[in-house]
Amino acid sequence: MSSTDTASVGTNPEQGRSGATPPARRRQTRSDSWQRRIPLLPALIFVIVMTQLPFLGTIIISFMNWNAYYPDERGFAGFSNFARVFTDVNARSAVFVTILITVATVLISLLLGLAIALLLDRKFRGQGIVRTMMIAPFLVVPVAAALLWKHALYNPEYGLFNGLLTLVLGENAPQPDWVGTMPLPALIAALVWQWTPFMMLILLAGLQSRPLDVVEAARIDGASEFRIFTSMTLPHLRQYIELSTLLGTIYVVQNFDHVFTITAGATGTANLPYFIYQTFYTAQDYGRASAAGVVTVLGTLIVAMFALRTAFAIFKEEGR
Amino acid sequence: MSTQAESGTTGSTATRTASGGRTFQQARPPRSGLFLTVLAWAVGLLFFFPVLWMVLVSFRAETDAASNPPDLFAPVSLEGYRTFFEAGPWPPLLNSMTASVVSTVLVILLAFPAAYALSIRPVKKWTDVLFFFLSTKMLPIVAGILPIYLFAQATNLLDNIWLLIILYTSMNMPIAVWMLQSFLAEVPVEMLEAAQVDGASLMTTLRQVVAPVVMPGIASAALICFIFSWNELLLARVLTSTVASTAPVFLTSFVTSQGLFLAKVCAASFVVSLPVLAAGFAAQDKLVQGLSMGAVK
Repeated sequence: MSSTDTASVGTNPEQGRSGATPPARRRQTRSDSWQRRIPLLPALIFVIVMTQLPFLGTIIISFMNWNAYYPDERGFAGFSNFARVFTDVNARSAVFVTILITVATVLISLLLGLAIALLLDRKFRGQGIVRTMMIAPFLVVPVAAALLWKHALYNPEYGLFNGLLTLVLGENAPQPDWVGTMPLPALIAALVWQWTPFMMLILLAGLQSRPLDVVEAARIDGASEFRIFTSMTLPHLRQYIELSTLLGTIYVVQNFDHVFTITAGATGTANLPYFIYQTFYTAQDYGRASAAGVVTVLGTLIVAMFALRTAFAIFKEEGR
Repeated sequence: MSTQAESGTTGSTATRTASGGRTFQQARPPRSGLFLTVLAWAVGLLFFFPVLWMVLVSFRAETDAASNPPDLFAPVSLEGYRTFFEAGPWPPLLNSMTASVVSTVLVILLAFPAAYALSIRPVKKWTDVLFFFLSTKMLPIVAGILPIYLFAQATNLLDNIWLLIILYTSMNMPIAVWMLQSFLAEVPVEMLEAAQVDGASLMTTLRQVVAPVVMPGIASAALICFIFSWNELLLARVLTSTVASTAPVFLTSFVTSQGLFLAKVCAASFVVSLPVLAAGFAAQDKLVQGLSMGAVK
């Protein structure tokens, strides 16, 4: 008990100077640290209750034999749900698909976003209009965007893509079934369309916070544009690149809307969120869905450890 | 792509140094600047085109909307909008508005004091608390959705808009806390103390010292929380059915019918996206701040 008190005294510079603290002061410090905590507690407790308790429930159910279609067979199942998740072809495919969709979407969006940010980081006629046009895809509600891509763009009979093929190549133009023949690229393209603006916005803001006088000085000293880009612009952008990658990954890993709308998980495109949704909502297999949920969280945890370390580095550089 | 982009910075310097002293940059032909401008416009139009196409198709008769090759000059028709509005979109739209607005208000009300306790009068180990908030964002929603569903079933909260409000509040809390923390950290603490010494009232201090720094942060946090709540599909689909279903859920149910439906799907998609498009366009800078959780100001 006394050790925590001295710790709090140590962090308080005013009392650190006075050396030994009288008992009255010490009590005041304790009440002071509680006063500091009170505004934090509602939000903190709320978030703990809303995120940790359900997950605890998921862990418990993952060890149970529980299918809503067979309520009489409910009971303890040990690790059998996990064994089924690891041996199930669909579950393994879901893990693979999740990684593929996330890495491809984040990487392509990041590169495109960087290129477009560099393109927009110069004064030209209509700069504001082009920027506004670029943001639009991100502001379309994800389900609406997925519907738009599936029906208005990809549809083999009346979608825009095949319509343009007919327009350019004439009556005998090939009319591919985009979603049917290449479901994963179709999904990723629709996601890239929405996430490139996100990456572009953060990177453009990063570019615009670049100290231009230093760049100008380097240029006068005869540094080539390539050198300036690799040894000044990129290092400056690093934390923005890391931040947009981190946030993009958090959101794309959890994507449900596009998979649900465009392919409905068919032909090997079910990612983990969709797989769990299906196992729990359609198949009503609560035990197996929960085991898959626990596995997802464990996988996310490994990635999150790296991600959080990155976030921490950004955070320190910012010097808040 | 990246080589073109690299020369993007080159082009800009050519214009920037044109008025300044003589540099080797001036030897570059001015055509590259024009090329990059055209390229930027082309890329912008390419990304914008699907949105434009959605609007164009929404104003067509179903038979024209399904023409192949596409007919750019098909006559305007309100058929799609008529079908959409006859399908009863108002209850879901209203539910979405309620869930998004109320949860956003709740998020700000809870996150603001928390951010205060993580910046101006920080608790011990405040960085750990901040990272705890961020880490909950990495916990996928699917990992907790089943117990929430079972709980709601047991307590008769299924298909109740308040359940969604509470869940959206917790979903957006980490973002709001991070953002508001980063803005509150910029409040000049010396000025706060000086104001206290001068005997300024709490309200005056809040209005004149805290508000100018924090209001933009609150606006960005509110915008981003609103957008994420409005867009949410998974929770709404699992936890609501007829009474409390939201606009995204309504959208997914809109395609099941047979026959031609392209114009009405585009009309529905456009109407449902309209609040987000309007808010996002109106506050582009706030959008950037919000998306980067306050790291970009």
